[in-house]
Amino acid sequence: MPLNIVVCIKQVPDARTVRFDAEKGTIIREGVDAVINPVDLNALEAGLSLKDALGGEVTAISMGPPQAVEALRETIAMGVDKGVLLSDRSFAGSDTLATTYILAKGIEMLGRFDVVICGKQSMDGDTAQVGPGLAVRLGLPSVAYVKEITVLNDGGLFRFRRETDSGYDVVEVEPPFLVTVPPLLNTPRLPSLKGKMRAKKADITIYNANDIKADLKKIGFEGSPTRVVSTAVHAFNARKEMLSGTVEEQVRALIGRLKEAGLL
Amino acid sequence: MSDNAGKEQGLQAGTPVPWRGIWVAAERTGERAADVTLELLAKARVLGDKLGAPLAAVLIGYHVDGLAGELIGHGADQVLVVDHPELASFTEEAYGGVLAGLALKYRPEIILAGATLMGRAYIPRAATILETGLTADCMDLDIDPKDRVLLQTRPAWGGNLFATIVCPLRRPQMATVRPHVFKKVLPDPARQGEIVSISPEAEWLEHRLRVVESVKDDAGDECRLYGAKVIVVAGRGVEHEKDMALVKELAGLLGGAVGGTRPIVDQGWLPERLQIGQSGVTVSPRLYIGLGVSGAVQHVAGIKDSEIIVAVNKDPDAPIFDLSTYGLVGNVGLILPELIRQIRLEKTGRVV
Repeated sequence: MPLNIVVCIKQVPDARTVRFDAEKGTIIREGVDAVINPVDLNALEAGLSLKDALGGEVTAISMGPPQAVEALRETIAMGVDKGVLLSDRSFAGSDTLATTYILAKGIEMLGRFDVVICGKQSMDGDTAQVGPGLAVRLGLPSVAYVKEITVLNDGGLFRFRRETDSGYDVVEVEPPFLVTVPPLLNTPRLPSLKGKMRAKKADITIYNANDIKADLKKIGFEGSPTRVVSTAVHAFNARKEMLSGTVEEQVRALIGRLKEAGLL
Repeated sequence: MSDNAGKEQGLQAGTPVPWRGIWVAAERTGERAADVTLELLAKARVLGDKLGAPLAAVLIGYHVDGLAGELIGHGADQVLVVDHPELASFTEEAYGGVLAGLALKYRPEIILAGATLMGRAYIPRAATILETGLTADCMDLDIDPKDRVLLQTRPAWGGNLFATIVCPLRRPQMATVRPHVFKKVLPDPARQGEIVSISPEAEWLEHRLRVVESVKDDAGDECRLYGAKVIVVAGRGVEHEKDMALVKELAGLLGGAVGGTRPIVDQGWLPERLQIGQSGVTVSPRLYIGLGVSGAVQHVAGIKDSEIIVAVNKDPDAPIFDLSTYGLVGNVGLILPELIRQIRLEKTGRVV
C-alpha cells in the first residue's frame, strides 16, 4: 500500500562550528555552518526506506528562515520527493507550542498523510517536545523513541519496538500516526549523484503565514507561552584538578574527592 | 478539550490567577514510586510552602493505588488516583489525555514530571492539549511567591548554555525535570494525606496504540544509561576486551551503569545502545568516569551535563582533560585495577 510519508526536519547550526559568548551568554552565530539536525537524517532514512518497501511519496517539511531551503534540497538529494518550507517573519520567536501549530497547519496543506516521522529532538532546542505536540495538533497517536519498525498487512499496521525507562515495549498502531526516532535506529543514506542533480533543479514549495491560514495569535512570540528570561554560558568545572603522583596516590586522591562529594 | 482550554486561558498580566496548587505526575519503577517522583515531591514541597499552595501527586495507571501512601509520606498533601484498565499499559495518548483532562477539571498552577523517556513522551501531549508552556529537562526550579511564576532553568546546546524560562500568562506552568537533580527526603510514615479516586471521562482514555508486550531490560551491569547516577565509560584506552569485565566491575561497585565510546562499540565490546555521544545516548550523571576516553567532540556532546567528570588517560594533552573535574594521567590498565582495589577497601574496610 503506497504511503504518504511526511518527515519533519530542522536546520540547525553545526555543533562542530558553534562558539559561545560567555559574557552575553549566547551563541556566536557568525561563521557557523547550517546543517540538517543530525537525528532528522535518521527520520529521513526511516521515511525513505518505508517508501522503498511500500511505495508512495516522501515529503520533507521544515519551519525556518529562507535559507533553510538548502536543507530541504539536501533531503531531495537523499531521495525525498518534495520539499516544503514554512517561512515567515511572523514565525520568529515561536516556542515548541507555536512551532507544533505552524507545522500542523503546513502538513494539513499536503492533503492526505499516513506516516509522520520526526527526529527525537533537535541539537539546539533539545526539548523532544515538538513530535508529541505535533501529533496532538494533527489528531494522531504518537510513539516516541522507536528503535525498530516492522510493517504488517502491507502497511495497514505497524509494529514498533520502542525504548522505555525499564526496557522496551512492542506496540502496534494503524496509520495515520506520528513516530519520533533516535539516532541509533538506522544509518542514513548518502545523497546520490542523480539525487544531487535533481536537488539542484527541484522546486521547494514555500508557504508563509497567510498561505497556511495561520491564526496570528498562535504563532511567533505572541503565540508562545514561554519566555526566556536569561541565558548564561555554563562554566564547566574544567581542569579543576589534575591529580598527581603515582598511580596509587592519584587514585587515593580521587577517592578522597569522591567521598567529599558524597559519591562514595 | 483544547477549545475549552482556550476559553479558560488568556490570562492578562496582573489579573489574579485562578489556578492553584502544585502537581507532580508520578511514575513507577516496578511496584514503587520512581526516584525522580520522590525527588520532585521534595522540591515541590519547598515550592508549595513558598506559595502557600497544596501539593498533589497524580497517579495514573491500573492497580496503582498501593503507591499512594509512599507519595504522601514523601510530601504529597493529596494523591489524585486515576485507576483504569485502559491505563494498564503506557500510551502517550491516554496518559496525556488523562493528565490534561484532570488539569482542566482541577486547575493546578504548576505540573512537574520527570524528564524520563515516559515523561518526555506524554507530557508534551498534555501541554499541547492545554495550550500552555512546557519547559523540558529542567535542572533547577524556583518560584517568586509574589507573581507565582515558576523559574525553570534548563541546559541547551549540550549543556553549553543554561536558559531560565518562564510561562507568565498561561496555566498550568509545566516542566519536566531531570532525575538526580533534586534530593528526595526521608519518608515520614506519620504524614497524613488525602487519597482522591477520580473516574476518568471516556474521552481522556481514547488511544489507538496497542501495547503487545512490555519487556523489562534486566541486563544487569548494562543497566540503563538514561537517568543513571554514575556512569563508567570505556574508551579506546581500554586496550583488551578482558578489561571490559573490570570496567563493569567498577560500575557495579559504584552502583552505576556502563557505557562506551564509538570505537568500543565498533569493536563489538558493548552493544550499540550503550554508545554515548551525539549519535548515541546523551547522559547527565552525577559522576562520569571516562577510562581511556580521549574526548572527541562527538562523544563530549553527550556528556557535558555530567556534574563531576573524572578522566583517566595516558596522554596528558587529551582533550577530555579540558572539561574534566579531576584528571588522572596514566595507563588504564594500571589505574583501573587500583581504583577497584581502593574502592573495595573503602567499602569493606579490607582488601578482598
